[in-house]
Amino acid sequence: MSDDRSLRTPSQRAAWTATIVISTLVFIFLIAPILAIMPLSFSSGSYLTYPLPGLSLRWYDDFINSPRWMNSLKNSMIIGVASTLLSMVLGTLAALGLAQWKSRFKPLVLAFVLSPVVVPGVITAVGLYFFFAPIGLTGSYLGLILAHTALATPFVVITVGATLQSFDTNLARAAASLGASPLYAFRRVILPLILPGLASGALFAFATSFDEVVIVLFMAGPEQRTLPREMFAGIRENISPTITAAAVMLTTVSIILLATMEGLRRRNERLKGSTA
Amino acid sequence: MTATPAIGADAQTEVPLKRRLRRAERARQVKALALVLPLLLFLLFTFAGPIAGMLWRSVDDREVRQILPQTAAALADWDGKDLPDEKAFAALASDILAARASGTMAIAAKRLNYALNGFRTILTSTARNLKAVPERGTAKETLGKINPAWRERATWTTIKDASGPLTSFYLLAALDLTRNMDGAIVAAPPDQAIYRNVFTRTFVISLSVTALCLILGFPVAYLLATLPPGRSNLLMIFVLLPFWTSLLVRTCAWIVLLQSKGVVNDSLHWLGIIDEPLRLIYNRFGVCVAMTHVLLPFMILPLYSSMKAISPAYMRAAASLGAPPVTAFLRIYLPQTLPGIGAGSLLVFILALGYYITPALVGGAADQMISYFIALYTTETANWGLASALGAVLLLATLLLALLYGKLVQGQQVTGGMKN
Repeated sequence: MSDDRSLRTPSQRAAWTATIVISTLVFIFLIAPILAIMPLSFSSGSYLTYPLPGLSLRWYDDFINSPRWMNSLKNSMIIGVASTLLSMVLGTLAALGLAQWKSRFKPLVLAFVLSPVVVPGVITAVGLYFFFAPIGLTGSYLGLILAHTALATPFVVITVGATLQSFDTNLARAAASLGASPLYAFRRVILPLILPGLASGALFAFATSFDEVVIVLFMAGPEQRTLPREMFAGIRENISPTITAAAVMLTTVSIILLATMEGLRRRNERLKGSTA
Repeated sequence: MTATPAIGADAQTEVPLKRRLRRAERARQVKALALVLPLLLFLLFTFAGPIAGMLWRSVDDREVRQILPQTAAALADWDGKDLPDEKAFAALASDILAARASGTMAIAAKRLNYALNGFRTILTSTARNLKAVPERGTAKETLGKINPAWRERATWTTIKDASGPLTSFYLLAALDLTRNMDGAIVAAPPDQAIYRNVFTRTFVISLSVTALCLILGFPVAYLLATLPPGRSNLLMIFVLLPFWTSLLVRTCAWIVLLQSKGVVNDSLHWLGIIDEPLRLIYNRFGVCVAMTHVLLPFMILPLYSSMKAISPAYMRAAASLGAPPVTAFLRIYLPQTLPGIGAGSLLVFILALGYYITPALVGGAADQMISYFIALYTTETANWGLASALGAVLLLATLLLALLYGKLVQGQQVTGGMKN
């Protein structure tokens, strides 16, 4: 429909124009809030209004010199990295197993593995709150890492599973027939080929943990507050420009994650194109 | 060393070979399962177990039985028609003295107060004024004198109903139902009947957000699916960047935009459209706008993939057969996007049902969804039975919809496979 030759009638052209106009408005709706918050973090005033009274980096200074914000950033990193590693190990093993497993129970097992994504955050959080409190896992890093791993692993299973689906099992067989042990074949043949899938799984897992707030609200003690948790408290009390500085930094992390993801996708498509 | 005996050997080992193959296959399956097992065990501990525990709490009712054990035992064979006998009064008196001594009275009082407003006062006043276990035959009189509530049947049925070990009390309460003195299920008194309202509100907000996402997402998905890959990949960033941006950043951004001195109000004022700032946030409008923003990518992406699979040849065929564009769109294009519409709408609806953070931050008191009440009863008022029961209802609704979603997506994959 996009090439002008197929848009023959005026009504078709009008429909196409309407699509473009509406889509542009929706794109503005999607992007404008994220863009609008950015300049405010560079404001020299303490009110979140335009026009800016002047430019300054005082709110970034505020963020970096605040033990509260720095502690939350540190916590987000610790919990994010740890739960990414754990969910990568559990998720990749499970994806490898599910790819080979043939059973009529497989859809059921798959549904169970993916269910943490669907179940509302509050339900998981309340369950964990009751379950972890008596065994001393609330108000601990370990408790949060375990909970975030449960939320993140489904994404690893999905992304790694998708990569395995396009993986040619003959390659593994070829390696075996050439005398490679299963572990060696995995390390030298399978792993390099599914690495992009693993990387996007890791990105998804990290983003899930880095953005999670409901479970942290229920389970974190004052010591384990993460960046989103600190933002939640800040938004509730009163929005200071320091929050906008934090928001800009979080968005920067998102852009890096998104760019890496896009790079992986492009690389993957190029590889697919070269083998096809 | 010739070929002939080798062939003969092959023929002889044909059956064992089959068996060996089967054995190897079985070993492979066991190994595959062993790879999945660590995750299954992990999720049992960090996900399924905790949720099962929550569900159990919605029917578990042992506090009163533990704190007033003799009373619970004495009421076990009470038929509930008249006042219980002297034995039950004496048991209650001695239970109250024991509970007061051990300091556990407040727990029982809290549980009984859920079922009958004012029960806490009845228990504490009785505990305060009861000096010693009454003499044989006078417990009924003594308790009745301390608090006339003990002369009423309702007080006693409340204790009997709360004597566990299992109860339907919380689950019924979550649906604005209760049991009357005769054990029949009736509507809860109006001052306690708020949850049907909350569930309706949750559904209405989720439905509005889903409808908004569909209306806004459809043209965008169509544009992205129709443009040549280079341009659509570029535009896809507009969908993916919000998708990857933290929920809190986006919620915060909407507060900045929509508050009374925010960007939107300022611009409208500057344009001369309004004199007074509009109230755009901490109300239903704010909740719907922010939630639509958060969930729109979840609508666009499934729609996009279903539209991407539609061959443009169909539309061209329709046009060449003389169908006007509107007819071709309605009869040819739209039906083929239905699986995508279904999947996207269900996904958005499911995610919206459980929303907590956005309404909590940009909604007013009348916009809080069911998750808010579950959180409230868990952390603030510690009414864990009710929190769990509300959670059970929400979980049931979510799982039913997820089941439907699973069926839909699976069907899509099948038809997608057939098309290829």
